[in-house]
Amino acid sequence: MLRHIIAAAGLGGLAGLVLGAGVLLAAPADPSGTISIDNFTFAPATLTVKAGGSVTWINKDDIPHAIASATGAFTKSKALDTDDTFSFTFTTPGTYKYFCYLHPRMVGSIVVEAATGSAATQ
Amino acid sequence: MSEFDRDNSPNRRKVLECMTWVGTGVLWTISGGVPHSIGLIGEAGAAGTRGLTFAQISDSHVGFDKPANPNARGTLEEAIARINALPEKPAFMIHTGDITHLSKEKEFDDADSIISQSRLDVHYVPGEHDFLDPEQKLYRERYARAAKGTGWYSFDANGVHFIGLNNVVDLKAGGLGNLGADQLEWLEDDVKSRSASTPIVVFAHIPLWTVYQDWGWGTDDGAQALSYLKRFGSVTVLNGHIHQVMQKVEGNVTFHTARSTAFPQPAPGAAASPGPMKVPEEQLRQMLGIADVTLKEAGQRLAIVDSPLKA
Repeated sequence: MLRHIIAAAGLGGLAGLVLGAGVLLAAPADPSGTISIDNFTFAPATLTVKAGGSVTWINKDDIPHAIASATGAFTKSKALDTDDTFSFTFTTPGTYKYFCYLHPRMVGSIVVEAATGSAATQ
Repeated sequence: MSEFDRDNSPNRRKVLECMTWVGTGVLWTISGGVPHSIGLIGEAGAAGTRGLTFAQISDSHVGFDKPANPNARGTLEEAIARINALPEKPAFMIHTGDITHLSKEKEFDDADSIISQSRLDVHYVPGEHDFLDPEQKLYRERYARAAKGTGWYSFDANGVHFIGLNNVVDLKAGGLGNLGADQLEWLEDDVKSRSASTPIVVFAHIPLWTVYQDWGWGTDDGAQALSYLKRFGSVTVLNGHIHQVMQKVEGNVTFHTARSTAFPQPAPGAAASPGPMKVPEEQLRQMLGIADVTLKEAGQRLAIVDSPLKA
């Protein structure tokens, strides 16, 4: 959560936004989010963020994993060794399916909602 | 080179007795076209096999340093020492992929410096861990200059036709291992003019048969590849990837996976995930190993011997 607050503060550049971030955290979607890779599983399997928010994957396994869009919608990550992270900022609302390109049975989705808070239609 | 020694074939029962699920490597004996796993390497040598014998190592993961085995270089060295100690020198070696852990130049260098101590010709196929450099070129520059596509090829030895396949690139979301249309087309063409009596050995990283779908232990278009080999009297499919010995015989096709030289993985479904399995230190070398394969006489199965680094 601290990561989200810092990110929001950095974006806004105003200390007052930290308070605003607290409100956002209570909303259905965080502006940004983190996906943990543990036991060959993405958690959460579906993550919802706001447009302009970043998604960070962190690999907690003892084996490398790597992130690729199932549709080529974003640039693939390098191989992530243990505790390595990969971040991508999603600017366009929609649903983005992704997978581990070393272990393609591992799949997940990012749902990006419009920054105004209304759900994306795509 | 094309004749098999029919008179000096080892005691076949002994060979079969030696087949084991424990081992460091697999010693393959191709006798008359069908591979036999000859069990522990020392025992295989004692059988005094003639004909063609080659060694298999797999999943050396050079660069891996996690708790399941902090020294994967060291256990690869031990595996090569086992191969060097074989009473009968193998004609060559195959490596069924995951040479390195992260496709780093240094990892490839280290792997080469260790494996070259065998002084054997080595025929490689890549694992998914060998294609992780951004340009996917390090493996190809080192091992696949003469290969087709992303690294598939064939060659002949002692009348046996060997086919090395790459099923680890361009993997699809939700899928398993993947050969792809270009490689399948090449394979069909590669075997179509060969006599059905030619023993065939196919080797690739990910099993061509579905060992366990939930963990991705299979190849989506593996059945398509095998359909081109149906008319052959002896087909042996050698894989790695799952870091344990598995064998299945289906008609004329023998499927076999070799141990890793780096770290064990759990039996299918026996753990929450197929990640590296930490075992007590004294058990590690019983779960790593090599294999050797011997062909003795045309028309017989290849004998595959899996040998652990430590019995």
